[in-house]
Amino acid sequence: MAEITFREALKRALREELTRDPDVVIWGEDIVAYGGGGAYAVTAGLAKEFPGRVRDTPIAEEAIVGVGIGAAMGGVRPIVELMTINFALVAWDQIVNHAAKLHHMFNGQIKVPMVMRSPAGFGRTAATHSQNFDSWLASVPGLKVVEPATPYDAKGLLKAAIRDDDPVFFIEHLQLYGTRGEVPDTEYLIPLGVSERKREGRHLTVVTWGRMLVETMKAAKVLSGEGIELDVIDLRTLRPMDLSLAMQSVKRTNRAMVVEEGWRSMGIGAEVAATLQEQVFNYLDAPIARVAGLEVPMPYAKNLERATVPFSDDVVAAARAMMTNQY
Amino acid sequence: MEMNKDELISLYRQMLLIRTFEDKSAEMYAKAKIAGFLHLYNGQEAIAVGALSALHSDDELVTHYRDHGYALARGIDSRFVMAELYGRETGTTGGRGGSMHIASVEKHFWGGYAIVGGHLPLAVGLAYANVHHNTGRIVLCVLGDGSTNIGTFHAALNWAQLWHLPVIFLVENNMWAMGTAISIHSSVIEIYKKAAAHEMYAERVDGKDVLAVHDAVCKLAERARSGEGPSLLEAVTYRYRGHSMADSDVQRSKEEINEQKQRDPLTMYLTNVLLKRNLLTDEQESQIHHEVEAEVDEAVAFADASAEPALDTLYDKIYAQPVANMQIDGSLIRPAALYTGNGTHG
Ligand SMILES: Cc1ncc(C[n+]2csc(CCOP(=O)(O)OP(=O)(O)O)c2C)c(N)n1
Repeated sequence: MAEITFREALKRALREELTRDPDVVIWGEDIVAYGGGGAYAVTAGLAKEFPGRVRDTPIAEEAIVGVGIGAAMGGVRPIVELMTINFALVAWDQIVNHAAKLHHMFNGQIKVPMVMRSPAGFGRTAATHSQNFDSWLASVPGLKVVEPATPYDAKGLLKAAIRDDDPVFFIEHLQLYGTRGEVPDTEYLIPLGVSERKREGRHLTVVTWGRMLVETMKAAKVLSGEGIELDVIDLRTLRPMDLSLAMQSVKRTNRAMVVEEGWRSMGIGAEVAATLQEQVFNYLDAPIARVAGLEVPMPYAKNLERATVPFSDDVVAAARAMMTNQY
Repeated sequence: MEMNKDELISLYRQMLLIRTFEDKSAEMYAKAKIAGFLHLYNGQEAIAVGALSALHSDDELVTHYRDHGYALARGIDSRFVMAELYGRETGTTGGRGGSMHIASVEKHFWGGYAIVGGHLPLAVGLAYANVHHNTGRIVLCVLGDGSTNIGTFHAALNWAQLWHLPVIFLVENNMWAMGTAISIHSSVIEIYKKAAAHEMYAERVDGKDVLAVHDAVCKLAERARSGEGPSLLEAVTYRYRGHSMADSDVQRSKEEINEQKQRDPLTMYLTNVLLKRNLLTDEQESQIHHEVEAEVDEAVAFADASAEPALDTLYDKIYAQPVANMQIDGSLIRPAALYTGNGTHG
């Protein structure tokens, strides 16, 4: 199997789906001409391969999402790209009040088979361009929210998202675009709403997703050298959230930790911890730990940014503390 | 489009049905059969009736929340509309949407929408879908004057014009946005002029004259169908009742309302067109009145007799495609594994 980048895996998913289904279109800001295609080059070259179906749009996120919804209602399968997730705030009404509501509010008469793709996370871009809205999005009934961590998952999940009949918010962490991983040439899909064990271990269950999965895997190597074996569960889909593997895991390890990049308060970690204690409380030997981003508007300075976001060393430190009952 | 005698009479019947339906809805609201927001259409009937009579029955329709008139003019059974106002399972959305979200996709009515301006991009997208699938259908998107100040208005007009999509934006200028007069909320009083910012073709019409609205929409529909792109039509009108049934309406003067009632769309059409041209006799007119009243009474009886939606349907249709291991436990969507495992949860 060839190793390709996360970015290339996404592009292959887009290309395959554009080829398979003439109703698939891609719209977004600067996805055609700019730098060859896309602020982060995911759509590079696709406009040439699929004339008329990959189009630049005005800078109007409320319309990019809203026009996408309308097209989806009418049977087109739009993939709309929001240049970064920070700009999704401009489209929040369309995402929450429209995309997520229509199927239910109109009693099943309307479907919105649309994917909203958007890069998230930090990269020396300061407070308004470095955010994660995982928990905000994942708290909305009617939305599906997906965030892959590996090129393999990115491709299979994006293809499944495009074929899904519901609105899917597909989050791509900026720091992952250049990461590499094995992706087969043959076609495959990964179902939405199914978590995966990314590493087997008997001491501590770590529930995570996206970039923090990568950091957790690095931490697991370090910890393994110290005799601490992490059981790593990658959520992959944040809504609907599949905690079945995490619960099974806790029954064996008796310890759990949630690792996320976003703000700690009201985060996904809070939801996972609450559900685990509801469901498997009797199996827990220690409080559930949370590793999360610090709650400050992201500063630009390199050292301050580095201090704000969790990395593998934060996971290592938290795991050590847990295993010595110092958490 | 020339209309024959029956069609001309039908316009009157439809307007009368809407007015009677709205009056009855107000009555049922007062009796607490209907709750929440109820935005009535009295005074504006000529616009929905004139506009929809100018379109094909499969042209796409998207409106704001003041949507009963459009639903009835599109031919949706008044019983199902009333049942929806009641929140009953026989309603147009099974009691999910209520008054502001009447819809019948089967009849190409994609719904009433309740976030000001929120439905405009949807209408543009729907127009794109019809072009993409080469259906020949066009889209009518209805909004109020107060909805021409919000970002989505301009974003949608720009996009529709840019991509040359077959959509007509129909602005019902009733001079008020909730309790704010147009002179207080808009820098441009003649709303149709706003389209010029996007080089979009626009017209203004007397929204109380059903035939004028009909003719204007015929022309704009023809434009859209023949590939000449989108347009905006401002229909000047007035609503007789408050913004919704929750509005005490102290902000508008009695004089203003009474003056507006002097030019009533139903009375004007009846006297100046139907009776004057001898298309209708007084007897036939009262016959229509009786029929319409009977229909509305029947709608109320139907709604009263209908059941509330079953509680066990509460979680239905949140997703069109539920994922493999999604299950409901009454408060949360949880993985099915939870229920087969030996968790502490009951
Ligand atoms: C974004 C948003 N802001 C405020 C409201 C509350 N609201 C509902 S209708 C309305 C007035 C709209 O007036 P107009 O567009 O002229 O339509 P009309 O009711 O006169 O038909 C307001 C302020 C809303 N529904 N959505």
